[in-house]
Amino acid sequence: MTEHTFKLPDIGEGIAEAELAEWLVQVGQIIREDDVICEVTTDKATVEIPASIGGKVTWLGGKPGEVMAIGSDLIRIDTDEDVTVVEEADVVAEAAAPDPSPGDATAAPADPKSAPTPAAAPVEPVAVEAPPVPPRLDGPTLLSLGATGKPLAAPSVRGRARSLGIDLRRLRGSGPAGRILHQDLDAYTAGHAEPAQPSARPARTSTEEIRVTGVRRKIAERMAEAKRKVPHFSIIEEIDVEALEQLRETLNRRYGETHGRLTVLPFLFRALSQAVLDHPEINGHYDDEASVVTRFQALHCGVATQTDGGLMVPVLRHVEARDLWDIAGGIRRLSDAARARKSLPEDLTGSTLTVTSLGPLGALATTPIINRPEVAIVGVNKIAVRPVWDGTDFVPRRMMNLSCSFDHRVVDGWNAAQFVQSLKTLLETPALIFMEPAK
Amino acid sequence: MSDLRCKLLVIGGGPGGYVCASRAARLGVDTILVEGNRVGGTCLNVGCIPSKALIHTAQDFHTATKQARGGVHGVHVAEPRLDWGEASQWREDVVTRLCSGVVGLLERSGVKTLTGWARFRDGKTVEVQGETGQTVIRAEHVVIATGARSVEIPGLQTGGRVLDSTQALALDHVPDRLAVVGAGYIGMELGTAFAKLGAEVTMIEAGPQILPQFDDKLTRGVRRRLQDLNVTLMTGTKVAGWDEATATLALESDSGAAPLKTDAVLITVGRVPNTLGLGLEELRLRQSGGFIEIDDRCQTSMRDVFAIGDVTPGPMLAHRAMAQAELVAEVIAGENTIWDRICVPAVCFTDPEIVHVGALPSEVSPETPVLVREFAFRANGRALTLDDTEGFVRILAREDDHLILGVQATGPGVSELVSGFALAIEAGLRLEDVAATIHAHPTISEAFQEAALMGVSMANHG
Repeated sequence: MTEHTFKLPDIGEGIAEAELAEWLVQVGQIIREDDVICEVTTDKATVEIPASIGGKVTWLGGKPGEVMAIGSDLIRIDTDEDVTVVEEADVVAEAAAPDPSPGDATAAPADPKSAPTPAAAPVEPVAVEAPPVPPRLDGPTLLSLGATGKPLAAPSVRGRARSLGIDLRRLRGSGPAGRILHQDLDAYTAGHAEPAQPSARPARTSTEEIRVTGVRRKIAERMAEAKRKVPHFSIIEEIDVEALEQLRETLNRRYGETHGRLTVLPFLFRALSQAVLDHPEINGHYDDEASVVTRFQALHCGVATQTDGGLMVPVLRHVEARDLWDIAGGIRRLSDAARARKSLPEDLTGSTLTVTSLGPLGALATTPIINRPEVAIVGVNKIAVRPVWDGTDFVPRRMMNLSCSFDHRVVDGWNAAQFVQSLKTLLETPALIFMEPAK
Repeated sequence: MSDLRCKLLVIGGGPGGYVCASRAARLGVDTILVEGNRVGGTCLNVGCIPSKALIHTAQDFHTATKQARGGVHGVHVAEPRLDWGEASQWREDVVTRLCSGVVGLLERSGVKTLTGWARFRDGKTVEVQGETGQTVIRAEHVVIATGARSVEIPGLQTGGRVLDSTQALALDHVPDRLAVVGAGYIGMELGTAFAKLGAEVTMIEAGPQILPQFDDKLTRGVRRRLQDLNVTLMTGTKVAGWDEATATLALESDSGAAPLKTDAVLITVGRVPNTLGLGLEELRLRQSGGFIEIDDRCQTSMRDVFAIGDVTPGPMLAHRAMAQAELVAEVIAGENTIWDRICVPAVCFTDPEIVHVGALPSEVSPETPVLVREFAFRANGRALTLDDTEGFVRILAREDDHLILGVQATGPGVSELVSGFALAIEAGLRLEDVAATIHAHPTISEAFQEAALMGVSMANHG
């Protein structure tokens, strides 16, 4: 018995260890050179490890899930066994019944009577000392590789497998010399619940490449930079907007025709202009290269706006000096201009705090990305009627979540939470929005 | 200056380029082909085709000469006469007919063909310098199919009596004495043809043997035939210099230096990828030894730039270029396909012809035990009736499952057998498959079945 020990090879990714994902062979199994013996997973990929020699597996060096060092013993293969090949079914049977019955093909490899019967007359021996090797002519066998080391199959079979998205290495050929036939492909697709007629529902295999240019590229760069540089944290708070909604409906009934309809945003903007008076650290820019935070008296609100070209953030200036309808008109004008790609350059710069709202798509909660060099962003989620416990009963209330993100380098969690709470108070008691703060 | 846009631009109109362009256009791809000379490339114009025509003329003349000198199995003719002008005209007619066929194919396929020399400005922009000025072409995909050119020997520039294979095919007379430098397949083919046409031929090879890729046994027939033709074979001999005035080659070998007077020198020491003037430096494609590296979809290291044929690593053969061309056209048309060919057959139109496909005995790894079976044409009825029994068919098969790994042959007309050999390997056949396929009698091809039978049981005529 000539036993060879093989070590976990360097998979060529500059790694020191890999997780053994799955054994594809078992002790006692006869394998051929280049049969896949196991799969290992690195942090980058799952890699199939082929056997570098044929023979009988005598020992496996780890269990699935185990992390193994590169170079540690992986498998032992007895190479005296490599002349006999058993049918796959036999391998399974052998595993189920540890005592192979006499005549099992693995039991006596040198005995020509138990070896697979050659279909033709014996071949004349070539080497003097080696016993005559019966040609392996019966299928199905283990994976048979062709002249170039790829699975043995006719060109039409290879082409069909490709169009079906099937890796031929996963098949066992039933043809002569283990050649993979069209029937094998049929059986494989049937066994894998692929559609019987592949043409009825063809696999979608094409890809489309879209160049990231212009606005999209700018967005990509700015987003990546914001995420890379700014340690974000988000606070999500629910706001009872029943009172706000009633006020809004009343105002829209009364002034909608003449002054235009109001959305929630103008109220939020008014609330913000009040809240930043108590929280000037929120309405600022952080120049992280100069290590300077600039706090603004003015509130210039960025309005995140979806356009055909991607996300744009036009800026409504001096929100603190505008009334509800002025704000509503301003937002409308800015977003229409952005969608028509007619924003003026000054419309797109100078925001001190940004609001992002997905309107009716607004989800339960979001994690907005800060519009650098600002230090906070306010996300508006959608309004929904939810049951709220009022102390004695569940009552239906219109509720809306705010999802705000902050730059933790210059805004502490405590301050941020206070800011969100003051927004909540202002929005839940909307009369406060119109009061001058009692200083 | 004008600007053109297209989905696919193919640079080079040889067998790779024209097949790629025509196929892509017929698959609905908007295609432009740029060629500096005549479409058809080296193969049609100055390579495979005219050299085969020359070899045919030479064989006819050689047979007639033998028939005039004592007869050949009962056929006697009067003194044959070679009209070199007529022969050259016929050769040119063959080339012209094939080239106009290619032009027609490109037209019918809807390919726009431009005449001019292409130069990359960047990976998607190519300038074409034509007779009528410059055209700039912007293409989504570019295929480089610029082929190969002859290597020159330093100090032995072509011109005057020193010829490359193109100039040799254009000679206006058969030289009395011809020295062929380089005994690869091009030198052997042309040298043998000129010998049959009456030239006194000397073959000069720096290496120890002719056709160095083949084993001794495969080239034995060719060496015997060279001897019959009184060709002088000088292996292990290098060219040290050339004096045009005295028409003398200076030769060096282990046995010393010697001058060789000759009327013409044919240089056939190899071919190199032809990328001169293409502006490849603008693209910085990954290259090795001048060849453009490609993946299994013939894509270069730059996205949407493909390369096929002799500019890519692999055997410099027209049929390989054509197969790559099919593949690239299909890839660009959006089909899911890759290069998974197992073998590329190769033919030397020497006398006798030598063919091989798949592995040669020297190429099989020692870990793969193989059977090698040879059937000689001595025992082949058709070979006897052709009065040409030189050669054999040899099969290499894996010992354990009899998978056919390689087939070589030398002998009469074996160039027509090699595609059958390739079919066996590409389809993954075993010796048993070939042995059990009835081969028609009496044909040369029976030797293939007989060799397979030798591996399975025994030959019927062995």
